[in-house]
Amino acid sequence: MTFLGWLTIFLFAAILTVLAIPLGRYMAAVYGGERTFLDPLFRTPEHFLYRLMRVNPEREQDWKAYARSVIVFSLAGWLLLYLILRTQTLWNFTGLNPQHFHSAPWNVTFNTTSSFVTNTNWQFYSGETTLSYFSQMAGLTVQNFLSAGVGIAVAVALIRGIVGRSGTSLGNFWQDLIRTVLWVLTPLAFVVALVLVFQGSIQNFSGYLTAHTLSGGSQAIAMGPVASQEAIKELGTNGGGFFNTNSAHPFENPTGFTNLVEMLAVLIIPAALVFAYGRMTGKRRQGYAIYATMMVMFLGAVVVAYVAEAHGSPAQHAAGLHTHAIAGSAGGNLEGKEQRFGIAGSALFDTITTVTSCGAVNSAIESFTGIGGAVPMANLSASEVIFGGVGTGLYSILLYVVLAVFIGGLMVGRTPEYLGKKLEAREIKLVVLGLLITPLSALFATALATASHAGRASISAAAAGGPQGFSESFYAYLSQANNNGSAFAGYTGFIQPNAGSLGSHGVTFATVVGGLTMLFARFVPILFALAVAGALAGKRISPAGLGTMRTDTPTFVVLLIGVIVLVGALTFFPALLLGPIVQGLTGHLY
Amino acid sequence: MKKDIVNATLGILVLTLLLGVLYPLVVTGISQVAFPGNANGQQIHLQGRLVGSKILGQNFDANPRYFQSRPSATTPPNNAAATTFSNLGPNSKATEKAIATNIAAYLKLEKPYDPGLTAAQVPVDAANTSASGVDPDISQANARIQAHRVAVVRHLSLAAVDKLIASDTAGRGLGFSGEPGVNVLELNLALNRMAA
Repeated sequence: MTFLGWLTIFLFAAILTVLAIPLGRYMAAVYGGERTFLDPLFRTPEHFLYRLMRVNPEREQDWKAYARSVIVFSLAGWLLLYLILRTQTLWNFTGLNPQHFHSAPWNVTFNTTSSFVTNTNWQFYSGETTLSYFSQMAGLTVQNFLSAGVGIAVAVALIRGIVGRSGTSLGNFWQDLIRTVLWVLTPLAFVVALVLVFQGSIQNFSGYLTAHTLSGGSQAIAMGPVASQEAIKELGTNGGGFFNTNSAHPFENPTGFTNLVEMLAVLIIPAALVFAYGRMTGKRRQGYAIYATMMVMFLGAVVVAYVAEAHGSPAQHAAGLHTHAIAGSAGGNLEGKEQRFGIAGSALFDTITTVTSCGAVNSAIESFTGIGGAVPMANLSASEVIFGGVGTGLYSILLYVVLAVFIGGLMVGRTPEYLGKKLEAREIKLVVLGLLITPLSALFATALATASHAGRASISAAAAGGPQGFSESFYAYLSQANNNGSAFAGYTGFIQPNAGSLGSHGVTFATVVGGLTMLFARFVPILFALAVAGALAGKRISPAGLGTMRTDTPTFVVLLIGVIVLVGALTFFPALLLGPIVQGLTGHLY
Repeated sequence: MKKDIVNATLGILVLTLLLGVLYPLVVTGISQVAFPGNANGQQIHLQGRLVGSKILGQNFDANPRYFQSRPSATTPPNNAAATTFSNLGPNSKATEKAIATNIAAYLKLEKPYDPGLTAAQVPVDAANTSASGVDPDISQANARIQAHRVAVVRHLSLAAVDKLIASDTAGRGLGFSGEPGVNVLELNLALNRMAA
């Protein structure tokens, strides 16, 4: 551990907060229909898009109509993406498939399509060895924007339900989607993409190069439109890398500075949405309380990961490697980490992308130490509410807030109220179901994968036995159920880059069960979140009295953290014990 | 429902044109005009031949004249068209073996020129594989050890080589983000220029 390592972590948290507050104010204006400085630029394109799509943005939608639009739009996106990926060679005329890659088989494509439409970006494919530039741009980049837009729209709808005054309207999905894309995602992506190229990311359409190396060998170099995809991959908390090694690749993340920019890009929208929530409810302290909850849990996770990774791994020590800092080297567990990011920059990055549903990595999570690897798993076990995905993080933590208010109400013996709205049996049932779907899908799929023959075949042959193999399977389904997309990548390593094992029994199991898990655990909670919004929208707001439990105090922050930890721990502790914690508590080699 | 299907179908097509075609094309256009070197991968050409990218590590095949990159998990090593992690676990015998092999290879190359060197002094970046498989950098500690060999083989003073290392070391982002790294390809190119 170094002073600059700690400084990076805490300075990052400070910079994030300073940037998220104004963006939150801006986003509240965007969704509240107020004027913003980008209106002159986007008003005309906005109305042009509505005309092309035959949308009437004035039409108010109740929760069922809103949900129907979300589902139909996501289905349309799914079908088009599947079509594009399966007909890859058909688009060779565009010149955007210089390596003449063929399409992946149906099962891998099913997984990839489900993965990008659900904002997961789990990757059973390797970008630079299987996908054309056309597929990356017109297929994956589009869903990077739109799956993020859908998540934000649902969060905004839930906020409208919470603040609504005895109506049924949650707004209009199409308007929320288009305004998200034009006013929020596109301008930010544009700026971040250019900053990345300015620092050294690539952005071109050339064929792969062959270099003649200094020592007389040759080196193949993949090219492509990387920066444009990298920017939205972080901003939309998508996480699917252009290259197989994701944000570790120097073309995706060339410097210590871009590492900082990318980390900020991942967290900026989820953080800003919390402040936007405070403004949209007219009670900014409510936003601050949720932000404090997230920040406390986030910093706790980073500190554990940094300390664990700086300590080094049992395998390093057994091999005789010294892992303490020396002059000119910061030491630590550098297996699967890049020199330019170092231990702090890697532990911070991978914690950020696992508290959010991003799942991009700049270092190999599978090579993290036992405790270091338990941090991403614990983050996923908290159901992506510590900032979480764009939109998904906010609507998920609001469900937890409602649950915490209910539990608090039980403890003090009063009818629970949140922001003046009585919480009754219907809302609590919907909230609990909405919160349990994701953990249950993760555990069910993991159980299926470790207990069935086809599932066991999915465990990497290369991985050593013992807890590591279980961790791979568990992480795979935990990640896909939470729509995260990061991996103990040995799990996918057994098909990549050895294309020969494609289509084998274990692969089909892993792609199909994974794909179904992602779809189920994305859209069912969305339906519950919108149903909660619908149930709350119709309720009258009663004035707060002396006995009303306050939800903007440090006490409530502690209660909320307690509820999140309790639900996560009760659900996942046994599974976590079997994998990373066993490894973290022993120096034993398997 | 029917209206939703019309909106969704038209919407996905229009937005694909906007976000999947127009957006990447505009970013590419601006990048190619404003930062053509970066946008095309910071290619380095010598006598008309491409020798590599400034920001990708390449394999120097244990050639004693050159500084060596970090261990890479790709096939062949430093393959920038099929990158992969090692995915070696923290409590795995396979990891111990891989690290021990890397340490032995490092000592075999460096110890003849730096007789006091022991396994305990090998910097972690020299024994652990990188994440990308094409890490362009090594740590300063690693470079200073290799400098002994390069100086002897190239008949240079250690001070001259150390000076080159210092000039090819990139600092931290904004002075705090990340770790300093020595760009191996640039360092080796600078050595070749000195010889020429």
